[in-house]
Amino acid sequence: MSLSRRDVLKAHAAAVAAAAANISVPAVAQPVAGGIGSLEIKWSKAPCRFCGTGCGVMVGVKENKVVATHGDTLAEVNRGLNCIKGYFLSKIMYGGDRLTMPLLRKKDGVFDKNGEFTPVGWDEAFDIMAARAKQTLKDKGPTALGMFGSGQWTVWEGYAATKLMRAGFRSNNLDPNARHCMASAAYAFMRTFGMDEPMGCYDDFEAADAFVLWGSNMAEMHPILWTRLTDRRLSHPHVKVAVLSTFTNRSSDLADIPIVFKPGTDLAILNYIANHIISTGRVNNDFINKHTSFVKGAVDIGYGLRPEHPLEKKAAGASNAAATQPIDFDAYARFVKDYTLEKVSELSGVERGFLQELAELYADPKRKVMSLWTMGFNQHVRGVWANQLVYNLHLLTGKISEPGNSPFSLTGQPSACGTAREVGTFAHRLPADMTVTNPEHRKHAEEIWRVPNGLIPEKPGYHAVEQDRMLKDGKLNFYWIMVNNNLQAAANNTQETYPGYRNPDNFIVVSDAYPTVTAMAADLILPAAMWVEKEGAYGNAERRTHFWRQLVNAPGQARSDLWQLMEFSKRFTTDEVWPAELLAANPNYRGKTLFDVLFRNGNVDKFPVTEIPAEYENRESKAFGFYAQKGLFEEYAAFGRGHGHDLAPFDTYHEGRGLRWPVVNGKETKWRYREGLDPYVKAGKGVDFYGNPDGRAKIIAVPYEPPAESPDSEFDIWLVTGRVLEHWHSGSMTMRVPELYKSFPGARCFMHAEDARARGINQGAEVRVISRRGEMRTRVDVRGRNRMPRGVVFVPWFDASQLINKATLDATDPISKQTDFKKCAVRIVPA
Amino acid sequence: MRSQNRSRLSAFRSSLVGAVLGGAVVFAVGAFSAEGVPDIVPRVTGGAQPMQDIAAPALARPVTDDKRKMRNYPEQPPVIPHSVDGYQLSLRTNRCLDCHRRQFTEGSGAPMISVTHFMDRDSQVLADVTPRRYFCTACHVPQTDAQPLVPNTFEDMLLVKPKP
Repeated sequence: MSLSRRDVLKAHAAAVAAAAANISVPAVAQPVAGGIGSLEIKWSKAPCRFCGTGCGVMVGVKENKVVATHGDTLAEVNRGLNCIKGYFLSKIMYGGDRLTMPLLRKKDGVFDKNGEFTPVGWDEAFDIMAARAKQTLKDKGPTALGMFGSGQWTVWEGYAATKLMRAGFRSNNLDPNARHCMASAAYAFMRTFGMDEPMGCYDDFEAADAFVLWGSNMAEMHPILWTRLTDRRLSHPHVKVAVLSTFTNRSSDLADIPIVFKPGTDLAILNYIANHIISTGRVNNDFINKHTSFVKGAVDIGYGLRPEHPLEKKAAGASNAAATQPIDFDAYARFVKDYTLEKVSELSGVERGFLQELAELYADPKRKVMSLWTMGFNQHVRGVWANQLVYNLHLLTGKISEPGNSPFSLTGQPSACGTAREVGTFAHRLPADMTVTNPEHRKHAEEIWRVPNGLIPEKPGYHAVEQDRMLKDGKLNFYWIMVNNNLQAAANNTQETYPGYRNPDNFIVVSDAYPTVTAMAADLILPAAMWVEKEGAYGNAERRTHFWRQLVNAPGQARSDLWQLMEFSKRFTTDEVWPAELLAANPNYRGKTLFDVLFRNGNVDKFPVTEIPAEYENRESKAFGFYAQKGLFEEYAAFGRGHGHDLAPFDTYHEGRGLRWPVVNGKETKWRYREGLDPYVKAGKGVDFYGNPDGRAKIIAVPYEPPAESPDSEFDIWLVTGRVLEHWHSGSMTMRVPELYKSFPGARCFMHAEDARARGINQGAEVRVISRRGEMRTRVDVRGRNRMPRGVVFVPWFDASQLINKATLDATDPISKQTDFKKCAVRIVPA
Repeated sequence: MRSQNRSRLSAFRSSLVGAVLGGAVVFAVGAFSAEGVPDIVPRVTGGAQPMQDIAAPALARPVTDDKRKMRNYPEQPPVIPHSVDGYQLSLRTNRCLDCHRRQFTEGSGAPMISVTHFMDRDSQVLADVTPRRYFCTACHVPQTDAQPLVPNTFEDMLLVKPKP
């Protein structure tokens, strides 16, 4: 008998598969063993857990384990696609070093800052934590207590955190790592439109005739939005793509107009385009007369460094960096007239022809243009200005708030918008764009929260970078970090972050799913449930709020951040943490726990657990005896309903694939501020920027100002940091997925071949990247995906053993306080 | 055309076993000490003294053995088992499609892009690869010889058994 090659292959493959699966090979083919039930997978929807795009994912579960994931074909955002990270979501919860028990540093059986991590129970963990928090409050008051959260918190986790910090502990020292990510975007929205978040949405991708990427590498950082942009560009030959960056990257590969500019000179290019629009007579006069006003911003505003830094002392406008004063169109036109083609070409290093082509995309009234940006603009010492300068271009031409005409600020985290911005977990904010500095806003929040008037402190707390400085200086002594890896993420971490964590006066708590650099530098580590191990809600970059159910149980003693926040609040009574005079005036709050007053307030505990569908678990709600997620969401939604931030009823979001707010009469809003598209614009208005009292958006005159640090003879090369496609942020999840790890196993320094040769460095050689702050070791890549110009290197920050933030500078935008991770000076030497 | 080795059965076998094991367990480089305290695995946990100098390992070598890897689940995009160094993927040219496009597979012996890759945003099949799937490397990535840092306890859907 002869066997064909195919028969051999077949038999062999079956045997190999059977051996691998630990099952015996059936002698003959048989029908499905165990019946169809054994093949069935329970599918549920969830948003992706990585970037701000907010793709829909279908999650397959068998026996309390996620066994598969794929793009959700019903999700508008991605229509069935995922990027490589999204496709591997199935494996992110299963890293072998998942934290399953609280770990406390101990020596001889008791807490010791220099002790070894020792597994403890939740009671012991919360005992020491509460004792330290109470001691801090007693010794120094609420300003010595702080929390650092994230745009990866679910909406209700961020909301519970803001309540616990502001109304519980009376501290505004709450900030999200979104401060490092899109604070500049948020401030620019408020300064221009009086309301946060984009007016347009992702539907603009299918309507635009031109796309301009300002310092964004969407091909790697927002791959699914890149598929929509690519689809539009390749399907419609008239469409043009301009990519501006400080180096050539994968997004440049699709560019009709690829532009590499010198770091920081984007400000000048933006003003040149405004000048081009004006000087060629293409201003939309009707639009600017009806819908805009002009202001001039303060200049020489410094770099957000410590006040004693020479650069801050020298900056005349630093004390009032956010100041503006009204001007008129003529004054604005005179201001930008200085930004001539010749001058800007010289400054930016960009060929004149490219600059003209780029300017025409905006100036041509027939071309609908979408501008896109993320960290290139936001992580910029003039990030708020950069954001505002691009709004200038869309406002001058009236190319805004309609399909395809869209200045669009992308976000880096899954709920940077939903949790950090909308809930208001920034040091100065309250829900629905309100601020702690406004007495009316505080009063309104206190009413909704059912807490005494005068409880919420009015002074903004420490922002992210200031928190690190205050920890180091010993002014912030109790610090709780959730859902982020700030020791890896923070700029200048050797000098400004690590010392604060190890300062003997401070107690550092880190809640995380994995032992990150940050967790390992803490005093107490709390094991966290992640993603579909809890019921959640995120808000993506296009104002889309989307929900998911708990699909599997977290391992061991790991608990969600929501449970941690609420359970911890039980350990404090109002008498311990609220001022005596406040309680004297409101005696009915006496003797209650913070849990009672914040979460058993008649709102949060309003919905019974019987409302949770029987086929889904919900551990924390069952632990508390009420449907906590629903109660928190409905109380939170009261802030925005009727005020342009309307959210749909809770249950609606569990049914569909998310809705873009404002949701009015059950209908989402795709484009804001335009009549017929936005229910808040009254008939006859046409366009109404109703976030500002006069209904007008602001066009601002601000100049080019240089970066905080530029290369010189000693530190002779620009350092730019960022991400790669395969890893998300600090890599704590993706580095634990074998396929993602193996595809990009470590950081490297992308460098121009001639820059390497001039320093005697070959491809793959080990080098030191050295700045005035610190240094790290890495390997050089002169032929990778990022093609660097002379004088610029790029190092991603995902590798915990190659901390590039030892070298970066903790300079911030003085208005938004967002760190600039894109521009500092280093030197590269062989290791 | 790159070489194909599909007739080499021993290679086929080891690749399949490797894929299953790689996806399921093994590679216990780091995890926990006996006391339940996480091991230090510098690339994910940072060094024992995280702010101190840590040597950078040599760049891992790309896997170029052309062996297909079993997928962790049917929807997983297959990883690329060959080198893509210098491949151009741009507005004007796509080196991957030179082999993996339907009309070229007979000559190249490469797997044809999946049927989903012909569907537009509205799930309608087009005559050729849909523009939204044009940039292959958004989903398909090459592998290197780097060994995973910590085990991953993900379980194959065929191996998940009812818990007692």
